Amino acid sequence: MKSKSLVSINDLSREKILSLLETAEKFEKNPNSKILDGRVVGSLFFEPSTRTRLSFETAANRLGARVIGFSDAATSSASKGETLKDTIMMVSSYADVIVMRHRLEGAARYASEVSPVPVINAGDGANQHPSQTMLDLYSIKKTQGTLEGLNIHLVGDLKYGRTVHSLLHAMRHFKPTFHFIAPEELHMPEEYRVFCRENNIPFTETTEFSEDVISSADIIYMTRVQRERFSDLMEYEKVKNCYRLTNSMLANTKENLRILHPLPRVNEIAHDVDENPKAYYFQQAQNGLYVREALICDVLDINI
Amino acid sequence: MKENNKYAMQVSALCNGTVIDHIPADKLFAVVNLLDIPSMTSNVTIGYNLDSKKIGKKGLIKVADVFFTEEDLSKISVVAPNVVMNTIRDYQVVEKREVKLPNELHNIIKCNNLNCITNNEPMATHFHVSNREAGTLKCRYCEKEVNINNVELL
Repeated sequence: MKSKSLVSINDLSREKILSLLETAEKFEKNPNSKILDGRVVGSLFFEPSTRTRLSFETAANRLGARVIGFSDAATSSASKGETLKDTIMMVSSYADVIVMRHRLEGAARYASEVSPVPVINAGDGANQHPSQTMLDLYSIKKTQGTLEGLNIHLVGDLKYGRTVHSLLHAMRHFKPTFHFIAPEELHMPEEYRVFCRENNIPFTETTEFSEDVISSADIIYMTRVQRERFSDLMEYEKVKNCYRLTNSMLANTKENLRILHPLPRVNEIAHDVDENPKAYYFQQAQNGLYVREALICDVLDINI
Repeated sequence: MKENNKYAMQVSALCNGTVIDHIPADKLFAVVNLLDIPSMTSNVTIGYNLDSKKIGKKGLIKVADVFFTEEDLSKISVVAPNVVMNTIRDYQVVEKREVKLPNELHNIIKCNNLNCITNNEPMATHFHVSNREAGTLKCRYCEKEVNINNVELL
């Protein structure tokens, strides 16, 4: 009954992360093949997510698999009141692997427990989104040549930002130094600061996002400061433009610096940054394809 | 010896059943409720605010002819850690054990996160103790942590 699923980045060891990144590198060199010929991937998006869904489905298609599924819970039997377990049991009798996005936290863990085929978590509410973290790691390793000993600046919404929390967890294996740059209202939650102390990860914190603060950065990971996160809208108006990266701020940054963003970007990165060679967010999204090809093959126990 | 006599006078002997001792006094009625004692028909003695060298004021529950399950013990451990459970058969204490919080809690408590799958699907909850000293429990599903003083029993 127990199959190999991918639910949470925290389940992956350092060795496992590195070996998955190596596989993804091979797919970057050769993204198209027929190694999943005859396989069926169930793509269950109970919650819409165009970017992640297209990336996973492209990964499956480029490796020769066929894709079944739905892109919105309204078009699935969940809208008729079917339990998640029943949907998973039904789909697992058709598909060899399930890729699932769900609005409820823990849905992926539960699906992996009841499903006879592997489940890949494509996001469960505010909880985990391991393929995003893997593509972040891939982008960091590819642009820096290593994951070890980097200065990583996390900017924007560090309170609710799922991607920054997962990245922080995953980087514990690689001796990073973190710099948390966020408004008071959206600062890094205490549990992650405790996590850093327990894992001997040095970090600094500031509310000021300036040229000086980012001059030592190897990676700047930008996130969106969302209006709906603020209880006090005055406060939002005050800070909304303070965490905006512009091209002029990059003049004195390190040569190897790269700017990441999980996308969609709104106005936290000015459009004049796009032309700067340090901007990496579009390539980062593209790397998601290779990483997802690697993840699908891994849970299916296909060696590359 | 004198103390033992006093104790014996307060709590008369039990032929068969269970004595739950060393319940912190302020947790006594929570334990009474979770064991559903008000609906029991057997002979029950409840002691409240009894002097205890170990914990100051304690509570005690003595139930004739009832033996509790592992699940009951897990529930008690969430509400009142470190109580002592004595099993009595034929006037003899045949088992005496301290009720410790188990490492894993299967379907004992509810997850406080309304967006957790366990609150939306007919399924069992599962927590593990992530920090015993601080009393922190972590949901296996949504991975949210909660302090043991803020949980609700199922």
